[in-house]
Amino acid sequence: MDIKTLIGLEVHAELSTKSKMFCGCSTEFGAEPNTHCCPVCTGMPGVLPVPNKKAIEYAVKAGLALNCSISQFSKMDRKNYYYPDLPKAYQISQYDLPLCIGGYIDIETEQGLKRIRIRRVHIEEDAGKLLHEGWGDNSLVDYNRAGVPLIEIVTEPDMNSSAEAGAFLNKLKSILQYIEVSDCKMEEGSLRCDVNINAVAEDASKATAITEMKNLNSFKAAVKAMEYEEKRHREALLEGEATEHETRRWDEVKNITVVMRSKEEAHDYRYFPEPDLVPIILESSYIESIRESLPELPDERYHRFISQYGLPEYDASILTSSRHLADYFEECVTVYDNPKTVSNWLMGDLLRALNEKGLEPSDIPFPPAYLVELLRYIDDGTISISIAKKIFDEMFAKGIAPGTIIKEQGLVQISDESELLKIVKEVIAGNPSSVEDYKAGKKKALGYLVGQAMKLTKGKANPQLLNKLFEQELD
Amino acid sequence: MELYRLTAHEAYDKLKKREVSSKELTEAVIKHIEDVEEDIQSYIHIDIEGALKKADEVDCLLAKGETIEPLGGLPIAIKDNMCTEGINTTCASRMLANFVPPYDATVVKKLKDRQAVILGKLNMDEFAMGSSTETSAFKKTKNPWDIRCVPGGSSGGSAAAVAADEAFFTLGSDTGGSIRQPASLCGVVGMKPTYGAVSRYGLVAFASSLDQIGPLAKDVTDCALVLNAIVGHDPHDSTSVNRRYPDYISALINDVKGLKIGVPREYFESGVNDEVKSAVINAINLLKELGADYEDTSLPSTDYALSAYYLIASAEASSNLGRYDGVKYGYRSAQYEDMIDMYKKTRSEGFGSEVKRRIMLGTYALSSGYYDAYYLKALKVRTLITEEFKKAFDKYDVLIAPTSPTTAFKIGERINDPMAMYMSDVCTVPVNIAGLPAISVPCGFDSNGLPIGLQIIGKAFDEETILRVAYCFEQNTAFHKQKPNERR
Repeated sequence: MDIKTLIGLEVHAELSTKSKMFCGCSTEFGAEPNTHCCPVCTGMPGVLPVPNKKAIEYAVKAGLALNCSISQFSKMDRKNYYYPDLPKAYQISQYDLPLCIGGYIDIETEQGLKRIRIRRVHIEEDAGKLLHEGWGDNSLVDYNRAGVPLIEIVTEPDMNSSAEAGAFLNKLKSILQYIEVSDCKMEEGSLRCDVNINAVAEDASKATAITEMKNLNSFKAAVKAMEYEEKRHREALLEGEATEHETRRWDEVKNITVVMRSKEEAHDYRYFPEPDLVPIILESSYIESIRESLPELPDERYHRFISQYGLPEYDASILTSSRHLADYFEECVTVYDNPKTVSNWLMGDLLRALNEKGLEPSDIPFPPAYLVELLRYIDDGTISISIAKKIFDEMFAKGIAPGTIIKEQGLVQISDESELLKIVKEVIAGNPSSVEDYKAGKKKALGYLVGQAMKLTKGKANPQLLNKLFEQELD
Repeated sequence: MELYRLTAHEAYDKLKKREVSSKELTEAVIKHIEDVEEDIQSYIHIDIEGALKKADEVDCLLAKGETIEPLGGLPIAIKDNMCTEGINTTCASRMLANFVPPYDATVVKKLKDRQAVILGKLNMDEFAMGSSTETSAFKKTKNPWDIRCVPGGSSGGSAAAVAADEAFFTLGSDTGGSIRQPASLCGVVGMKPTYGAVSRYGLVAFASSLDQIGPLAKDVTDCALVLNAIVGHDPHDSTSVNRRYPDYISALINDVKGLKIGVPREYFESGVNDEVKSAVINAINLLKELGADYEDTSLPSTDYALSAYYLIASAEASSNLGRYDGVKYGYRSAQYEDMIDMYKKTRSEGFGSEVKRRIMLGTYALSSGYYDAYYLKALKVRTLITEEFKKAFDKYDVLIAPTSPTTAFKIGERINDPMAMYMSDVCTVPVNIAGLPAISVPCGFDSNGLPIGLQIIGKAFDEETILRVAYCFEQNTAFHKQKPNERR
């Protein structure tokens, strides 16, 4: 039996507005609990919501960047449920008339480009957070996040593997960051993902019941949970096991998914139109002005990087996956005309250093000018490549200019022949057996001798010059 | 005449002419409250100290030669579902018995900006659900015309306080008749403005799409003055309408010549008491004598209004009252097993039975599988009713009807018969459903000496015309001058 996995995603992205969706409180992450709240976002009796126009603008922007059509008439609805982190006992969301409908994202797969359809994008408010640790039998609630604007992006079940879903998430994150409507920091909860997954026989004769997975809060967790479920559903279908519609969560410790609730316990959210708000009516001129304000998006930029800078597809795709990285690259190449060299440094040393520290391209600790400065020191022979790599690590750790590091640590390359000749002679005198080997035709021995000379100069010797001097002295 | 007997505009005139001080007015009303409150029970909370302090401040301003805005310096009171910073706002519910809001409702702020002396908070049906003020968790307010009778509701405290001269005017809220019906039963003037004319920010929500704050006053002039003070767009309320609001005092013209009045026959049908009917018909005839034209008309969807109202209002209430869960403020049950148990006990113990009945009704109406049959259908009726009114107002300047089908009924008479209680609103709910303005003015007394109210309904945002009709009627009658204690 040929089996196909079907995955649909519901992604929540916090919009990076300064203030909340319905009040003036700050949306800043990480503040002391309950310091960014007011009567409105804590659901005091008598308060009313006032929509944040910026949040609507950001949601329209996201819809346009995701190729959706924007509804000129949409409305807000109440989603009713009880939980202590939801101060009004309802979330203001959108039910049957969302702001954006019918878009898509193209992702790269092993079989080439694939189009993932987006069913809708709607606006809603975030809930607060419960704090369970450290309060004995009690839980406390922090309303700083309550009322932060979110968009929910709902796809069609067009992804057929966890890898495709992963590619979708990456691309989505990249687009939202490009248009600067969300910082998409999964670890801060500003991007969260719900998954709907099941397996169907290619001939549609059989299918497993859909599993929902809620609030996967890291990219890794999302992909791992999907991989796990992908396998579980395939096996269930192959074995002919009965499955039921259920909600599961990812257990990060055990690396398995576990049942949270089955369909019988499913909520009835009693949606109805939010009577405290008037419908959202958008003029087409408004929508067009936002469309015109959209920046170049990742796909366009990818093609431009190939044609304008002659970069390989792979380089272009990595560099344009992040707006910050692509901007960084372009800032470098406007003053340093060797795109491939810049690309190598960014894709190699820079991304490695970011990954090691768990940082994002937006966190690069030094400006493009520093990288260009470093490359110029290599080009004019001031430093060797290996010294440059050390300086790079230093720049990354401390955010200081390469010139300063070179000066402070005396890292200028030694290219003075007479100075190097002294060292070469010293090495030849101290390593008679290697000298013998070399003379006996073992050319490899030269590498060892050069290495010894490098050691003595703490890596500062000009390597080409060293080679030349050794050959001259020994031949 | 005793100072507390003055109307608000008379008291303000004396204050402006320095014939009387704000302190004298405030002390007179406080003294009078001490005399009658034991019988009337209209207040939940009286802030004597705060009121006298504020009165002193106003007198200081006056002494410095500063002018104060109309209504400034007068002791007034507010229904206890409007938030007052630092002063308990209970909604007459156990749930909020100890709730002290950290902010002022927009209307409260507006009155404070006018230097009003806020005397206290008034009794009401719990969360404004009721038509007799008997569902209050704290006390039963009595009708000043006959203390064996209810004052109406839900703004029963607001109406009784005005009728008993315990405040120069009060604010009430009207979701299905909660200003007009008690005004009618207590023989005072009460107005529900157009939906969106007065900010709801700080009004504890019962049914958001129907709630509207309005004045209860001793006469039409006072009503217009209060309206002047409270209308206007509020950036805190997205449903408040941004438009130019007129000066309602200039609408008070003693002339109805050429005005076209529609008399919808559905408002005079089953359940409307004969004495009420004839008082209203007499009033219409008087307006005709004064030069207005009237005509019978029909608003057939009126028959469905009460059902639609109870579905829409209860549905919204079931959602609006979800926040009273014991987590953040207000009542929390003393003992509970876990989170769900905390919710259950808190809400079972904190709410009274009428509130629970409506939460259950509303939850049911919104539930999946029932939504289309109840809530959605009610919304369709709402559209029909609104359209019918719109058509009627193509022909008529105002519509006239009784405010309440009966005069004040006895305490306890309907409290155990929800359907009978709900019928009290039959003449008032269509106006809320359509978002229109309407006023109730005294138009007679029944054989027991209990007041009867005349309801004048206007086009959206045409408060001026209904005020003009009400004013003209008042100028040519003396019902509003009668006082309960003189008849008792």
